[in-house]
Amino acid sequence: MSPPLSALAEAGTARPQAASGFWRRALRHRSFVAGGTLSLMVLCAALLSLVWTPWSAYEIDVAAKLRPPSAAHWLGTDVLGRDIVSLLLVGARSTIMVGVIAVGIGLTFGVCLGLIAAARKGWTEELIMRMSDFTFAFPAVLSAIMLAAVAGPGMVTSIIAIGIFQIPTLVRLTRGSANAIWAREFVLAARASGKGGFRITIEHVLPNVLPILIVQGTIQFALAILAEAALSYLGLGTQPPQPSWGRMLNDAQTLLFQSPMLAVYPGAAIAVAVLGLNLLGDGLRDLLDPRLARER
Amino acid sequence: MSVSANAPLIEVRDLGVRLNTSRGPAQAVRGVSFSLRRGETLGLVGESGCGKSVTALALMGLLPDSAVISGSIRLDGSELVGLSDPDYCKLRGNRISMIFQEPMTALNPMHTIGRQVAEPLRRHTNCSAGEARKEAIALLDRVGLPDAAKRVDAYPHQFSGGQRQRVTIAMALACQPDVLIADEPTTALDVTIQGQILDLIADLVAERGMSMILISHDLGVIAENVQRMMVMYGGTVVESGATDAVFKRMGHPYTQGLFRARPRLGARKGTRLKTIAGTVPELADLPSGCTFAGRCAIVEDRCRVALPAVVDVSAGHGVRCVRTDVSMAEAVGVLGA
Repeated sequence: MSPPLSALAEAGTARPQAASGFWRRALRHRSFVAGGTLSLMVLCAALLSLVWTPWSAYEIDVAAKLRPPSAAHWLGTDVLGRDIVSLLLVGARSTIMVGVIAVGIGLTFGVCLGLIAAARKGWTEELIMRMSDFTFAFPAVLSAIMLAAVAGPGMVTSIIAIGIFQIPTLVRLTRGSANAIWAREFVLAARASGKGGFRITIEHVLPNVLPILIVQGTIQFALAILAEAALSYLGLGTQPPQPSWGRMLNDAQTLLFQSPMLAVYPGAAIAVAVLGLNLLGDGLRDLLDPRLARER
Repeated sequence: MSVSANAPLIEVRDLGVRLNTSRGPAQAVRGVSFSLRRGETLGLVGESGCGKSVTALALMGLLPDSAVISGSIRLDGSELVGLSDPDYCKLRGNRISMIFQEPMTALNPMHTIGRQVAEPLRRHTNCSAGEARKEAIALLDRVGLPDAAKRVDAYPHQFSGGQRQRVTIAMALACQPDVLIADEPTTALDVTIQGQILDLIADLVAERGMSMILISHDLGVIAENVQRMMVMYGGTVVESGATDAVFKRMGHPYTQGLFRARPRLGARKGTRLKTIAGTVPELADLPSGCTFAGRCAIVEDRCRVALPAVVDVSAGHGVRCVRTDVSMAEAVGVLGA
């Protein structure tokens, strides 16, 4: 039997309406707009660096080192005479890459394992949690050094090390929040309507823990950027001449008294990215929760 | 489906449930037996922790994995105890449904009510999203949700408690189940709404020829809504029979105690409610004899020796007490006063 057209039409129009409602609310949400703007700026900088930078970020001109800001070099040059603006633009690329991939690794494995632990209970949960405790016991730097010893230092190694380091935090957070959802009556009601563990996890548990994960994800992103800076300092992260904000910050450290602005620029860039992501995460959490969606 | 109209739809024989608690194994349900024909209604009454909800969850197959279930539960002749979870999933929401106590938490806050009502349909029948949505609107309309077609895309927090309970009822009824288990469906609602919801459930049960198991601690709710009732205490059924018969001649001291403890209209100001002395025994260490022995006014030594057998005081009216001669003689006086 075929459904009447009116029902289909209704089902069809429901979605776009909900979507436009989301954007209308999103544009009125202050921290979402502010966070979105800042994050977009960082993203645009990274994209721009692919096609254009004022100077080459790899060209060394020792004669022009440590120049103050001028018309030619908007923010001056560093100790090797490289243009700061160009370095920041190209650095945005590695920052985004490190953040996205490392947090991606952390979220993918962390959330899956956390959800499995909460759904399965028993020895599966025990195994996953003890494994994550084990990983947690190693500092990120140590696991990065181990990985670097095996695979050689570099951006990929540092990304993987940071990603692995993020898994246990996210496993614990996911399992903890998922356990709280599993204890709620609507999960029992869902089971009473004939749903299995997998469906309940996807349809009921995940959407309810997602707001928490989004906020934590933005914090993890910030941590990943800082971890990358730390690893670059140890020579285990992004390798020269590839610029990264973390490397710039660490290069500036030795010249802190001569040219403090060298530390301020990458520091400000990191701050903008982290702040933007945190605000964006906050905004997303509010927007994704239907209980906070007040239609005025 | 059913072999004959007279065969029981659901038949529970000597059901026992042992739960593993932090205080050791607890025999939450012992020797519960009943059968229910199509269209019949059964009430389960008792105070908190007496095994009502555990019995309901056992029927739904929703007890934790660590629970040990003994005895037999048959639905239309096929055994449910020991059924694999995927097979049970096909029955839940389809042939056996449940309405929960707390409408405020029984709905997922992240999904629209329309989606939640349509979901059992999508799972158990082959209907399309559009058909399921249309059916969900029809169901919401039937359970008396005002303006169902418009409000189908609203979220649970946009409804009142009574409206949410109507939504959970629509969810439970979506696939036209044979058996409906209502676990204290009105406890969380205020009294005026209680009546409406119970009337709605009664209408739907009659309209669709379902069997219903209504769980409550409220004797008034039981008296008005079911044909037969079972009184549970300490995991055992202490009294069972047709509702009228039980209310007319209560046989078990516990049932009598429950009845005396209810508030009454027209009682003199300052009259204190009669309570049953003592507290419910820990399920982890139940007494060896009658579970009620510790609180019973007419207890004798033989009550504490072994669990009393069920005595049939009249046709279909059974009392698990060795002293029905005394209790029932007394009951006549008590109820008359």
